[in-house]
Amino acid sequence: VAVNHCLLMQFMLLFSRQGKLRLQKWYVPLSDKERKKISRDLVQTILARKPKMCSFLEWRDLKIVYKRYASLYFCCAVEDQDNELITLEIIHRYVELLDKYFGSVCELDIIFNFEKAYFILDEFLLGGEAQETSKKNVLKAIEQADLLQENIIELHTDRGGCTMAK
Amino acid sequence: MPAPIRLRELIRTIRTARTQAEEREMIQKECAAIRSSFREEDNTYRCRNVAKLLYMHMLGYPAHFGQLECLKLIASQKFTDKRIGYLGAMLLLDERQDVHLLMTNCIKNDLNHSTQYVQGLALCTLGCMGSSEMCRDLAGEVEKLLKTSNSYLRKKAALCAVHVIRKVPELMEMFLPATKNLLSEKNHGVLHTSVVLLTEMCERSPDMLAHFRKNEKLVPQLVRILKNLIMSGYSPEHDVSGISDPFLQVRILRLLRILGKSDDDSSEAMNDILAQVATNTETSKNVGNAILYETVLTIMDIKSESGLRVLAINILGRFLLNNDKNIRYVALTSLLKTVQTDHNAVQRHRSTIVDCLKDLDVSIKRRAMELSFALVNGNNIRGMMKELLYFLDSCDPEFKADCASGVFLAAEKYAPSKRWHIDTIMRVLTTAGSYVRDDSVPNLIQLITNSVEMHAYTVQRLYKALLDDISQQPLVQVASWCIGEYGDLLVSGQCEEEEPIQVTEDEVLDVLEGLLVSNLSTPVTRGYSLTAIMKLSTRFSSVNRIKKVVSIYGSSIDVELQQRAVEYNALFKKYDHMRPALLERMPIMEKTATNGPTEIVQTNGETEPSVVEPKHPPPVTQPANQANDLLDLLGGNDVVPVIQTTLPTKPASAGGELLDLLGDLSLSGIPPMIAYNKNGLKIDFTFERANPNPNIAVITIHASNTTEADMTDFVFQAAVPKTFQLQLLSPSSNVVPALNQGTVTQVIRVLNPQKQQLRMRIKLTYTHKGSPVQDLAEVNNFPPQSWQ
Repeated sequence: VAVNHCLLMQFMLLFSRQGKLRLQKWYVPLSDKERKKISRDLVQTILARKPKMCSFLEWRDLKIVYKRYASLYFCCAVEDQDNELITLEIIHRYVELLDKYFGSVCELDIIFNFEKAYFILDEFLLGGEAQETSKKNVLKAIEQADLLQENIIELHTDRGGCTMAK
Repeated sequence: MPAPIRLRELIRTIRTARTQAEEREMIQKECAAIRSSFREEDNTYRCRNVAKLLYMHMLGYPAHFGQLECLKLIASQKFTDKRIGYLGAMLLLDERQDVHLLMTNCIKNDLNHSTQYVQGLALCTLGCMGSSEMCRDLAGEVEKLLKTSNSYLRKKAALCAVHVIRKVPELMEMFLPATKNLLSEKNHGVLHTSVVLLTEMCERSPDMLAHFRKNEKLVPQLVRILKNLIMSGYSPEHDVSGISDPFLQVRILRLLRILGKSDDDSSEAMNDILAQVATNTETSKNVGNAILYETVLTIMDIKSESGLRVLAINILGRFLLNNDKNIRYVALTSLLKTVQTDHNAVQRHRSTIVDCLKDLDVSIKRRAMELSFALVNGNNIRGMMKELLYFLDSCDPEFKADCASGVFLAAEKYAPSKRWHIDTIMRVLTTAGSYVRDDSVPNLIQLITNSVEMHAYTVQRLYKALLDDISQQPLVQVASWCIGEYGDLLVSGQCEEEEPIQVTEDEVLDVLEGLLVSNLSTPVTRGYSLTAIMKLSTRFSSVNRIKKVVSIYGSSIDVELQQRAVEYNALFKKYDHMRPALLERMPIMEKTATNGPTEIVQTNGETEPSVVEPKHPPPVTQPANQANDLLDLLGGNDVVPVIQTTLPTKPASAGGELLDLLGDLSLSGIPPMIAYNKNGLKIDFTFERANPNPNIAVITIHASNTTEADMTDFVFQAAVPKTFQLQLLSPSSNVVPALNQGTVTQVIRVLNPQKQQLRMRIKLTYTHKGSPVQDLAEVNNFPPQSWQ
C-alpha cells in the first residue's frame, strides 16, 4: 500500500447541530447505503464531542477534521498521512467563499440554495484537492457561470485562453 | 397541467412539516408528481424536478428513479440543465452501477465544448467520480486539456489527471510530456494543481521520481517558487493573514519531502529554504503554523543536517506550549513519530510532554501518554513513573488498561530495584486493579516468584491490600496466589523491608475464606483462593480447618470449584503422603515468550498495522519430578501461571516431523497455501477454524529449508491491517534444518470480526552460513474460505 502524500479527502459533510445533513460531497465511490451509514455514525460521533476538544479525531481508518461555524458543522475526512492544520484552512476558505457569495452567510442560505453551495465547492475543490487558491478567481468563475445560467451572456465560440466577461 | 412547484417553494413547504410523518407525506406526494413529470418526458421542468429530487435525497429519501433524468440533463444544451445534471450524477450515481457509463459520451463531448464552464463541469465530474473505464476512455481528452493555455481549464485538467492516475495507474506515462512546463506558469491555481499532479506521479512511481529529480531538476524549480512566495510583497489575491498562498507553500513543501527522501543531493538543495521557512514564518495564527508543521514533517523525512532536525524538534516543542489544542495535538503526533530516531532531542521536551497528560482533550492525553512511555529510560524512570502513576490514578477508564500495561512494561525494563518494582506493581493493582489486563496476573506472579528476597515483603503488602479492598480481581488473584505460596512467611513475621505485621493463621484463612464467599469474587478468583487455602495445609498448622473448608466445597454448584475441592479432598485422604511434595514452593520460572500486546500499539489514528513481535527465549524445561506431572492433571492452570503462549515443544527434528503429519491434513477443508518461497526458505500456511469463535482463523506456518546449511535464529513476525487482531504463539524452535530435514511450525491466531479480506505482511530474519538475512513480504493470496 503506497503511502499517499496527496491530501486524499474522502468526503466533506455539512450538518446542523440537530444532525441534519446540509451538504454531502463524496470523493470516493460508495453506495447510497454505505454513505448513509457513514454519515449517521460520524455525525453522532462529532455531535457528542465537547467544545473543549480539539478539531481532529481518529475515526475508523480516517482522520476527521471538523469545525463549527455558528449552527453548522463542517467536517472533512482525510486519509491519515496529512497536515490537519491546512485542512482547517481549506474549510475556512470554503466558509469565506460562501460568505462572500451569499453576503454574511447563515445556515438558511445553504438550506435554500444548496445547489449553489455545491457549485461553489466544485469551483474550489476538484477530486478533493484545491483547484484554485485565489478567493477572487473562484468567485469570478461562479459569477460568470451564474450569468451563463441566466442567459445574460452569449455562449462564446472562441477556444482557449478566454474568459467569459466582455 | 400546472407547472411543478419551484425548488425553493418545496423547501419552504417541507420545512413547515411538524412531524416526520407529515414530512414523509409531503415528500411522497411530490415524488409522485415528479415521477409523472418524468414519464411525460417534460424537458422544460426536468431541471427543476431533479433539483427538488436532490433536495429530498439529502433529507434521506430514495431518489434512484432520477438517475436517468440526470443523464438527460447532462445531454441537454442548456447550461442550467447541465449544471444540475452533473450535480445529480455526482450525488445519485456511483461507479458500481452500469448506468454511469452512459455519461461517458456526454462528458467526452462536453470536454470539447466551446464554453469553458461546460468543459469545467465535465472535468469536475470526471475528476470526482470517474470510474476506471471512463478514465480509460477519456484520458486522452484530459491530456489534451492539460496542455491548453487556458489556465481555468488547465488547473482542472491537472486534478482530473490525478484522479485518472489513481484509478488507472498504467496511464500515468501519457501525462508525462504535458508536465514539462507546468511549473513555469504564473497562475497559482495551475501551480497548485500541477504540484499535486507531480506529487501523485512521484509517489506512485520510483522511476518518475528519479526522472523528476535528475532530468527535470524539479527541486531547484520548487525552491525558486517557494522563495518567491516568501520574499514577495503583499499580494491581495493570495494573502491569508500576511502569508502568501499558504496552500501552495504547503503542497510544495510536501513535494520537496518526497524528492528529498533518501536523496542527499536533493536534501542539500532544499536545506536553506527549509531553514528559511522554519525561522521566518509567522506563528500567531493557524495558517502560519500549518506551514511550519509541513516544514517540520519535511525536515524529519529527508536527509537533513542535524542542526535542521534540532530546529524542527524545537518547533514542535514550542507547539506543545501553544494555547491552541490543535497545535498541541499535531506536535504530539509528530513527536511520537520521531521519538525513535531523534530520541535525545525529544527527551529535552519531556516535562512539557508530561504536562500534556493533564490536558482536557482525550486525543492529546492519549498521545502524551504514549510519548511518555516512549521516553522512559533508566535515567528518568523514577520521575516518569511518578507522573504516570498519578495519571493512572486520575485518568478516564479508557486509558487505564493501556497505561497499566505500559507501567508494567517500563517497570520490567528499567526498575532500579526489586523493591521499587514490587511497589510499583502494587500501586497499579490497587489503583487500577480492575482494568489490568488478564495476562498481567500470570506475568506478575512470575515476577514475584523470581524476586526471591522480596517474597516476605510482597506477601505482606498484598495481604494488607486485601484487608482494604477485595473488589479488584487481578489484585485479589495475585494476592491469593502469593498468600498460598508464602503464607508461612506472612505469619512468621519475617519481613525485612518494612515493619512486619502480626497476623495469625486463622486471620489469614479468614481472609481467604472471605474471598470464597464474597459476591465480589469471580469464579476464577474463587479458584485461586481455594487453591491457596489448600497450599497452606503444608505451611500452616491448622490443617483441620483447611480440611473442613475443602470438604465443604466438594459440593459446590460451581463445577470448577467442586472439582478442585474433590481432588484436594482426595489428596488429604488417599494421597496424603504426596501432599507436601505436591504443594511445595514454586521454583524460579524462566520467562517464556510473551505474546499479545506487549508494546502499546499506536492509537487507532495510525494506518500502520500492529506488529506482534514474539521475543525469543530459551525453551522452558519441564521439571522432571512426578509431582509436577500430577499437578498438571489437577488442572494446574492456577498453580502454574498461564503465560499466553503454549510452551514450545521438543526441538525441530522430532517435533517437526510429528507436526508435519498433522499439518498436512487439511483439517478444515480450507486449502493450504504457500506464503513465501525465496532463497531456499519456504513457508506454508495451513488453516483451521477455532471453535467456538468463527471469527478466529488459526493458521499454522510451516517453515522449511532446501539449502545445505541450517537457518538459525529464525524469527517469524507478522503484521495485519488494523481491523484484525493477531496472536502469535511460540514457535516449535528457532532453527530451520537444512535440506528439508524438519520444519519449524508456529501458530497464528487471527481475529477478523469484520470478515475483511485477510492480508498480511511478514518479516523473516535468520542467520544463514554466518550472515544475517532479513526479508519482508506481503501475503495476499489467502484462500477466501480463510476469512469469509
